[in-house]
Amino acid sequence: MILAQQQRALTMLFKIEARPEPSRQMALAAPLIATGLTIVISSIFFLTLGLNPFLTLYTFFVEPLTTKNGLSEWLLKASPLILIACGLSIGFRANVWNIGAEGQLIMGAITATGVGLFLPFQESGLLLPLMAVAGVIGGMAWAAIPAFLRDRMNTNEILVTLMLTYIAALVLSWLVHGPWRDPEGFNFPQTALLPNQGMFGVFDYAYRLNTSIFITGVVVVLTWVFTERSFLGYKMSVGGAAPSAARFAGFSSSASIWIGLLASGAAAGLAGMMEVAGPLGQLSPQISPGYGFAAIIVAFIGRLNAIGIVLGGLLLSLLYLGGESVQLSLGLPSSIALIFQGMLLFFLLASNFLINFRFRKIAMRAH
Amino acid sequence: MDLFVSIFTATIIAATPLILAALGELIVEKSGVLNLGIEGMMLIGAAFGVWAHFAGLPMFLAVVIAVLAGMASSLLFGVLALTFMTNQYAAGLALAIFGAGVSAFIGRGFGSTPVEAIQPIDIPGLSNIPVIGEMFFHYDPLVYFSFVMFGAVSWFLYQTKAGLTLRAIGESPDSAHAIGFHVIRIRYLAVMFGGGMAGLGGAYLSLVYTPLWVENMTAGRGWIALALVVFSAWRPKRVVLGAWLFGGMTILQLQGQAMGLAIPSEVLSSLPYLATIIVLVLISQNRQAMALDFPVSLAQPFRPKG
Repeated sequence: MILAQQQRALTMLFKIEARPEPSRQMALAAPLIATGLTIVISSIFFLTLGLNPFLTLYTFFVEPLTTKNGLSEWLLKASPLILIACGLSIGFRANVWNIGAEGQLIMGAITATGVGLFLPFQESGLLLPLMAVAGVIGGMAWAAIPAFLRDRMNTNEILVTLMLTYIAALVLSWLVHGPWRDPEGFNFPQTALLPNQGMFGVFDYAYRLNTSIFITGVVVVLTWVFTERSFLGYKMSVGGAAPSAARFAGFSSSASIWIGLLASGAAAGLAGMMEVAGPLGQLSPQISPGYGFAAIIVAFIGRLNAIGIVLGGLLLSLLYLGGESVQLSLGLPSSIALIFQGMLLFFLLASNFLINFRFRKIAMRAH
Repeated sequence: MDLFVSIFTATIIAATPLILAALGELIVEKSGVLNLGIEGMMLIGAAFGVWAHFAGLPMFLAVVIAVLAGMASSLLFGVLALTFMTNQYAAGLALAIFGAGVSAFIGRGFGSTPVEAIQPIDIPGLSNIPVIGEMFFHYDPLVYFSFVMFGAVSWFLYQTKAGLTLRAIGESPDSAHAIGFHVIRIRYLAVMFGGGMAGLGGAYLSLVYTPLWVENMTAGRGWIALALVVFSAWRPKRVVLGAWLFGGMTILQLQGQAMGLAIPSEVLSSLPYLATIIVLVLISQNRQAMALDFPVSLAQPFRPKG
């Protein structure tokens, strides 16, 4: 009886209420809370698998960064994630949902490789810049299809960008099995290697990290300026948050759709180019471990903000490395990395709640 | 004639997982909630179904486990979207990614071990009729169940008071709340129904259609189911029509590959995805028809006032 009363009193103690304005502290704390919760839940998960959670977490999150090669791989994998997420954030702010960055990445890799292998600039210093332009155009062109269909045909861009991802993967498969297959490649489904002029230089021949990381750096700065300092970026965000207000102010949603999709397509295409002209060196049926999808998580973890995206990209890249690391040393399946990605996003979205709402103590009644 | 019959029956079978998942999502969207995570829930259903089967459970229970797993995963989305009022697009995507990871983890070790598929059942008398029997009365129980569910969903939405309530909540959660309906509670139920149906659709793939566990075996069917709901303009009848169209597309593509047509197999494989885009474009042209049954509050978070 008393216990029941106590419980009732306890449930009466807190009430959820909207904050008068979003909390800035919570905006910063939410990603940390989410990461912390992910680590706690994954420790429990490892315990149930009969593994030592400390050892597993160490293998997952720390060990990959203890070697120079690990650090190189960390930045190498973070780079495309950050690049793509920067592009996506521009669209997401305007409520334009490009879910098919993976497909645009593949198309960018294809067009860039096409230029690298088949244009008559093979010995020229112009080859690499031309490939970059081709990659950007390839990604943009693939994203222009959903932009056109959404703008002119009123067609949902989420579904179109996704379907085009499946189609892009099939185009890639057809090219590497058919017309672009390396005649000297022992029948492996892959293209010839790109010429040296079509490859980014590495910093040290022992490691794979290459100079394309500077491109990502520039894109981060450009994204920051566009979203935080430009009037157009501001208008797009307003259009995303309050469509009717934006229309009233004379800003068309059509511009948001085109800019949102083309910017993200360009970034994803460039990322695809950087993969073939960097660690890969050629096309094969599998050129991305889901960077285009993981970048969506990066964009959200970074709160659609360029600086946040850099941190989010480093975190997700670490998840990829950690997945490989536990696979190698503990024999766990690499799918664990995907579970962590999803879990992280779940917790992040849940902790975002604390930015706009708070639990308030309410006075207990006197009886 | 034999070819026609076999294409017809194969189409019905290929459409079944789409019908199940899309009918579930239809109810979810009718309540005003957009769950993009169907692909993840289907994968979870497929993996847990196979897991239960290899754990020695009878097939019926394996299917039930798949449904429960789909429901449980949809609750993750529900808590985020309904209780924490997060962006529903993001919550659904998180579920899609999470489901791919969880299913790959659960299904590891079962790869390429064939499952003893659920067998077609004969209906005494009817199945023996030439052609007709083969075309209509020789399917596994889940095919019949998908038609039962079609009837049930149509009846529920348009003939029952509960269905009316659900639609009212999707149209205007604020007024429904003011009248005294529990908007959040009913949306939870709708989300769980969608999760169960997606889990069932996934189990159909791994226990009947393929029948074995392959990582990412849904191959975009969850997203196509989502497209079907748009295609249907939120009406159950057209969900089924659309599913047959895509089922037929899949079967024609497989037939084409089997016949060794002189087109690259990738062109044929891309047909269902291409068809999805074309159909979406065509259907989106008729804005009035699209608006008629569209749940106005779709994907908008709801917080009861007062």
